[in-house]
Amino acid sequence: MNSLKLTQKPPGNVFTGSKGINLDSKGEKYLWSMGGALIIGLIMIAAFLLLILVNGLKTFYPGPVHRVTLTDNKVIAGEPFRREKISQDQTLETSRKDTCSARRTLYKTGNFDLYNKDFRWVDEQDIKQISEPKDIFYIERTEWGPFIGYIHELNLNHETFSFSWERLSQLKKEHKAAQARRNILEDLKKKEMGSINHELDNLRLSLKRVELDHGKDSARYKTTLDSFSAKRKKLEENYSEIADKIEILIKKDAEYSVVLKDISGIEKRVNISDIIRFYPANNLTLSQKAGIYISRWIEFLTAEPREANIEGGVMPAIFGTFAMTLLMVIIVAPLGVMASLFLKEYAKQGKLVSMVRVCVNNLAGVPSIVYGAFGLGFFAYCVGTTVDRIFFPEYLPNPVYGTGGILWAALTLALLTLPVVIVATEEALAAVPQSLREGSLACGASKWQTIKNIVLPNALPGIMTGLILAMARGAGEVAPLMLVGVVKLAPELPVDTIFPFIHPERSFMHLGFHIFDVGFQSRNAEAGKPMVFVTTLLLISLIGLMNAFAIHIRSRMKKKYSAGQ
Amino acid sequence: MIIKPSDIENKEIETIYHPQKGEQGAVINIDTFSLFYGKSQALFDTTMDVEKGLVTAIIGPSGCGKSTLLKSLNRMNDLIDNISINGKIRFEGKNIFDRDTDVINLRKQMGMVFQKPNPFPMSIADNVTYPLKIDGIRGKNVLSETCERSLKRTALWGEVKDRLNDSALRLSGGQQQRLCIARAIAADPEVLLMDEPCSALDPMATIKIEDLIKELRGKYTIIIVTHNMQQAARVSDNTAFMYIGRIIEYGKTDIIFTKPKSMKTQDYVTGRFG
Repeated sequence: MNSLKLTQKPPGNVFTGSKGINLDSKGEKYLWSMGGALIIGLIMIAAFLLLILVNGLKTFYPGPVHRVTLTDNKVIAGEPFRREKISQDQTLETSRKDTCSARRTLYKTGNFDLYNKDFRWVDEQDIKQISEPKDIFYIERTEWGPFIGYIHELNLNHETFSFSWERLSQLKKEHKAAQARRNILEDLKKKEMGSINHELDNLRLSLKRVELDHGKDSARYKTTLDSFSAKRKKLEENYSEIADKIEILIKKDAEYSVVLKDISGIEKRVNISDIIRFYPANNLTLSQKAGIYISRWIEFLTAEPREANIEGGVMPAIFGTFAMTLLMVIIVAPLGVMASLFLKEYAKQGKLVSMVRVCVNNLAGVPSIVYGAFGLGFFAYCVGTTVDRIFFPEYLPNPVYGTGGILWAALTLALLTLPVVIVATEEALAAVPQSLREGSLACGASKWQTIKNIVLPNALPGIMTGLILAMARGAGEVAPLMLVGVVKLAPELPVDTIFPFIHPERSFMHLGFHIFDVGFQSRNAEAGKPMVFVTTLLLISLIGLMNAFAIHIRSRMKKKYSAGQ
Repeated sequence: MIIKPSDIENKEIETIYHPQKGEQGAVINIDTFSLFYGKSQALFDTTMDVEKGLVTAIIGPSGCGKSTLLKSLNRMNDLIDNISINGKIRFEGKNIFDRDTDVINLRKQMGMVFQKPNPFPMSIADNVTYPLKIDGIRGKNVLSETCERSLKRTALWGEVKDRLNDSALRLSGGQQQRLCIARAIAADPEVLLMDEPCSALDPMATIKIEDLIKELRGKYTIIIVTHNMQQAARVSDNTAFMYIGRIIEYGKTDIIFTKPKSMKTQDYVTGRFG
């Protein structure tokens, strides 16, 4: 308020001279420092968000592909990725000492299978000529990363055509058909074969269970064994049927291929079904570019990761983050609220309670990795192995609950965020006027009835604030998760169509860990970098979205329980 | 002539009682009741009988213990830590501090109205029927009948009957206080305890509450704590004058205000201190 007043010049104010306002004379010597501190904070946040936003949004935009002729007459092709000044040291290293203003460009050359690298630095002094040939294609493949080069030949159903622009629509059609085949193949492999494997596993486990319960010599074991063999035989027949189908599809796929040629003329044959997307990088209209941009985003949001996570999508990670955070909130909300109800409403306020309170506050400051270690040691190894011994003896020595999983991760994070919820809930409870409690008690309500009908509804918006804080912290936490169930690549989601549909023991993927993995653990840091920004953008948006939803619920509650109804 | 606390601190003070009507007998007997907050004593051997069906006012300067005494009657003082008591309070012949007293039930028989209106942040109807709802009464007819009866008794029905589902917090201060009275009588208590019910209200609202007290006289035994002597004189049958934790004089209101025996009472009611 004050600063607002100060910016307006009241006409003819005796306290202000002609040169604005002397803050000193108002006794506000340090106002500039406070305002400055706020501005620095705001600038940092804005810059950070802008960096993430710009880098995240531009990643999927298809750039041009350069054909670069070097001074030694070698030719390379690639998407220009980054430009930078070469520092003195780097010039020395390349035994060149001429100018300080030397620059170099990083080209994404692709063709990892041919060159053994994806990227290549080119000093600008070495460049003789740069052109953007219209017939260079950027081809994304399921394996070996992108291919940058020319399309040479089409092999369609034992017929060979050399490629020309007229054939492009035909190739597009074949590509669509091949993609449909690939989807069927994936389905066969994953769903059908997966479920047969699962059933086989279940059969084996139930047999083992009978063996453990009744012994190998019991009559029951023998009858189970007979039915087991029969069922297994049937399943194996099904299995080989599916395997045949798969083989036919693979054979068919091999009949549709393209021969690609890189810039220097090395040929490479690729099945059309192994191509995700292809486009003539220097021959695109704006709307085509936009189409590619959107289709890449859709793939990113809905597909599973490929190529050690640096390509493909992050759908399992989105799902894992969301499911884990939700589970965490479901666990921490009742736990935290009940604990603080006891602390605030029932416990006799004394030394012990204030000590407990100090401890709870301090728990919020414990490094999160400590919680991770505790979660692994206590939940997974201690509780989990006990659960396994009692309920899943037939699985041994393979752990079911005795290792990291989404349940243990959610429990660990619930523990981690418990102090936040307790502190916020206590504050919310304290903010409920004493007069309301007295009014309720004087009506003959018991303490619990008062809490249930008066105190909790009034404290709910405050409790929600605590939960929002907890959610934001929990969703962004990575370190403890690495110990209790997050993996680089989870084969199955924690929720699927296989009975019992929800599998809290399964390990899962997480966006936060995905960022770490892609950025620092992949074979090529340069290739992972764009994915880091996109995934960060996604993680921030996801947390923002969940918070916005919670805030929306809170404001509805506030309306419901306050004056304006 | 102002009496300082030190004047009477160490002297035994005999309460002066005047003969009362006593038609229906007493419903509450306070019998040498003392109360301590930790080590400091707030009430000293207070003794008085509250007559059934009448309005009894407790007057006295701030901090004399009148609210403490009132809150002891339905054991609202239990909420405060470090309270200890001595003596007895009998409600309908039974000591309320007995171990087997059902405090919840006791509070149901004694509706209470507070200094500041404290309607719950819910609808008007929900406020009035709150005491019934916590008893598990869910019948729509019973609830709406009770709501209407209570609101009619507190002369609020005409003002709110069209917006029973509006938030109670939208009512004016005086309406809120009458709503609180309606809530207090919804479960049909025996006694109505009022702790300075008009101190947060404007004069017009105060008059309405006072009229209401006169209306309710006879239906409930009303004990009203007030620091407003005129109010006590207007609405009450009996008046007790309290001073630093003691009941100085207790009797019919007109006697207390016109022919008090104690000098302190006279000084207070004539406005020399307080």
